[in-house]
Amino acid sequence: MHTEEKMTYETWPAAPEKSTLEAKNKFLGFWLFLGGETVLFASLFATYLALKDKVPSTSHALAKDLFELPLTFVATMLLLTSSLTSVYAMYHMKNFAFKKMMVWLGLTVLLGAGFLGLEVYEFNHYVHKFHHTFTSSAFGSAFYTLVGFHGAHVAFGLMWILTIMIRNSKRGLNLYNAPKFYVASLYWHFIDVVWVFIFTVVYLMGMVG
Amino acid sequence: MSTYSQKKGFGATLWDFLTTVDHKKIAILYLIAGGFFFLVGGLEAIFIRIQLAVPNNDFVSAGLFNEIITMHGTTMIFLAAMPLVFAFMNAVMPLQIGARDVAFPFVNALGFWLFFFGGVFLNLSWFLGGAPDAGWTSYASLAIASKGHGVDFYLLGLQISGIGTLIGGINFLVTIINMRAPGMTYMRMPLFTWTTFVTSALILFAFPPLTVGLVLMMFDRLFGANFFEVSMGGNTVIWEHLFWIFGHPEVYILILPAFGIFSEIFPIFSRKRLFGYSSMVFATVLIGFLGFMVWAHHMFTTGLGPVANAIFAVATMAIGVPTGIKIFNWLLTMWGGSVKFTTPMHWALAFIPSFLAGGVTGVMLASAAADYQYHDTYFVVAHFHYVIVGGVVFAVFAGTHLYWPKMFGTMLNEVLGKITFWLFFIGFHLTFFIQHFLGLWGMPRRVFTYLPGQGLSASNMVSSVGAAFMGVAVIVMLLNIIITSVKNVKVGNDPWGDGRTLEWSIPSPPPFYNFKQLPLVRGLDAYWLEKMDGKKGMTPAEPLGDIHMPNSSFLPFMMSLGLFIAAFGAMYHVDKEPWALPLMIFGLLVTFGSMFMRSVKDDHGFHIHKEDLIDDDEKGVKA
Repeated sequence: MHTEEKMTYETWPAAPEKSTLEAKNKFLGFWLFLGGETVLFASLFATYLALKDKVPSTSHALAKDLFELPLTFVATMLLLTSSLTSVYAMYHMKNFAFKKMMVWLGLTVLLGAGFLGLEVYEFNHYVHKFHHTFTSSAFGSAFYTLVGFHGAHVAFGLMWILTIMIRNSKRGLNLYNAPKFYVASLYWHFIDVVWVFIFTVVYLMGMVG
Repeated sequence: MSTYSQKKGFGATLWDFLTTVDHKKIAILYLIAGGFFFLVGGLEAIFIRIQLAVPNNDFVSAGLFNEIITMHGTTMIFLAAMPLVFAFMNAVMPLQIGARDVAFPFVNALGFWLFFFGGVFLNLSWFLGGAPDAGWTSYASLAIASKGHGVDFYLLGLQISGIGTLIGGINFLVTIINMRAPGMTYMRMPLFTWTTFVTSALILFAFPPLTVGLVLMMFDRLFGANFFEVSMGGNTVIWEHLFWIFGHPEVYILILPAFGIFSEIFPIFSRKRLFGYSSMVFATVLIGFLGFMVWAHHMFTTGLGPVANAIFAVATMAIGVPTGIKIFNWLLTMWGGSVKFTTPMHWALAFIPSFLAGGVTGVMLASAAADYQYHDTYFVVAHFHYVIVGGVVFAVFAGTHLYWPKMFGTMLNEVLGKITFWLFFIGFHLTFFIQHFLGLWGMPRRVFTYLPGQGLSASNMVSSVGAAFMGVAVIVMLLNIIITSVKNVKVGNDPWGDGRTLEWSIPSPPPFYNFKQLPLVRGLDAYWLEKMDGKKGMTPAEPLGDIHMPNSSFLPFMMSLGLFIAAFGAMYHVDKEPWALPLMIFGLLVTFGSMFMRSVKDDHGFHIHKEDLIDDDEKGVKA
């Protein structure tokens, strides 16, 4: 199958994300890349756990002073929902429904942007109310690095999805860009899974003490 | 393709190499760049041995000595051994599995340029205020205290080249999984392909911890973070863990491809199938697996406690078992074969006892209780040079001679090759054997000098003389390369006469599409099988048809250049230079802009038409 071919609903394959060799390679390569990313985040989690609440003096805020459930709960819901909307987008991609896919991807981007906004507010809150900064303690460095790395991934994912949405807005789906949409959504799910661990390890375990 | 065989001017050739995505040309780039850094690292080694030749020497100062040993280790591991190994993986692995290129040719080029710019960045430290001086392991307590920008060069340079290695690893994995020729099942893959496969998996899981370690230390040094600042709650042992979780798999990343090269050489020059092929595969995978379980044996004296030390000691010794399997298999491959003593075979034969000696001292070091005595002495230096030089460097020399005709279409001179071998072999043992005893007599590693009358003088002189031998050997090798290239006597498909695997069934060097028709693989040592059946070449698995090829691109170069520029900005930002921050932003814009271009601009590649392929036949592409 040629990637540039004009496709119709009838000719659209069941698995457009891996219908050519290039697409198969991209699909597998991206999964492997996510394997490497998993180790990257595992290293950051390990560092965070080793440095949690490690502060130079008792005047510094600890995890149990900082975190509040309502804010992180809303953030979690936003991101989890955005994962669901990206699933719908891929469902429509597989059914060659380009417009519907774009709508769901647009929703995904909006929800992701909402999550990022909350994170910016949250960091700002810690810095000004608790003087908990990147340089104030080892705990601060580890916290902002782990959560910030995730935030940077979210931002990158947003830019990525937006770029391919705009690039392909006029020409619809074909076998060249279908795998691009697919791996972008894989990336988005990965970011979501990492957040589930951050929510558990950083916030829930942090509030327990 | 009529343009293919035309002579090109220098500018066109340069542009060709700057934009190439062809795995064979990228292999040549890796070979040249890795070879250059090997010479740089070798020169640093010579300086070390000159300084240590006599007691109380003042050839270099103590501070400069620290910079030289740091750069020697870092350069040799990251900028010489890894790219040289990558050169052979790129040159040979796609041919061995019957593929027309790697899975991601663009990413392949990007990987090379990232490595190259990272390496150049690191070495520019010599001219910009001093090289890193905290040792190649860059332990946090030393590195954080290091003045100047030396350690920053280490952090940013390795970060950039590390990304290149990581994407290279992913690329090889996907290539081997998805792009094998018809009939090339996993258990028919040549051993070098198998070791490339396992090595790439190690790269995938070992490099991210290094990335994180480098990021943390960069944050500490450049952006005021406190990961390793003990007074602020930090902990320097975190660096040791992250570094060695990467660092120990790294030594297997280096040695497994070396095993692969030797596993190709023994069967070729014994005219016999590799003994115990399936146990070789099993041993390779097992070594790769165990490689992740042993990192703390570098940290026995850190104080992790007797339980942790015992576990890591046992795991480390366990690696001796699969390695032993391999040694016996190589010996039994030669047993009863008709052995030809070519230059690659010389290296392979010398590898067995040399590497074995390094393995035995490895098991000695693995005994945690005894390690308290060996730790940080020349015994350790002797051990790791026996495995890295006796294993990896021997393999690189062997591979250079073995694959030179496949990469360049002409044979290196055998006489000069053997002179190189004997000089290097003698020099190597002269240099490092005595260092075991220096260590046991109490000479610590990384000292810039020692006092007379302590029984260390004569042995150090012996060691330095050996280094000179190795230096001369490398010069002979360079002469060999120059003479061979000037003569440029072209050779056929199978210049050694006994090639067994697919790469020997196609022209040397292969056409840029490698295989006109993908070959049908009927078993292990596919080409040998056909030859034994009286056939001249492989049976095609497909009719002659159009071949899809990727386009060249300048973007990999630009992406890497952008990071290179941004690294300078990040580094001088600390000195409050007004231009630093804009420079960093500019560099990142170049990188992300290039990525954006890549994403937005469609790249469908091009097709070589059937008719052109037939034309090639008629003109007689060298067969």
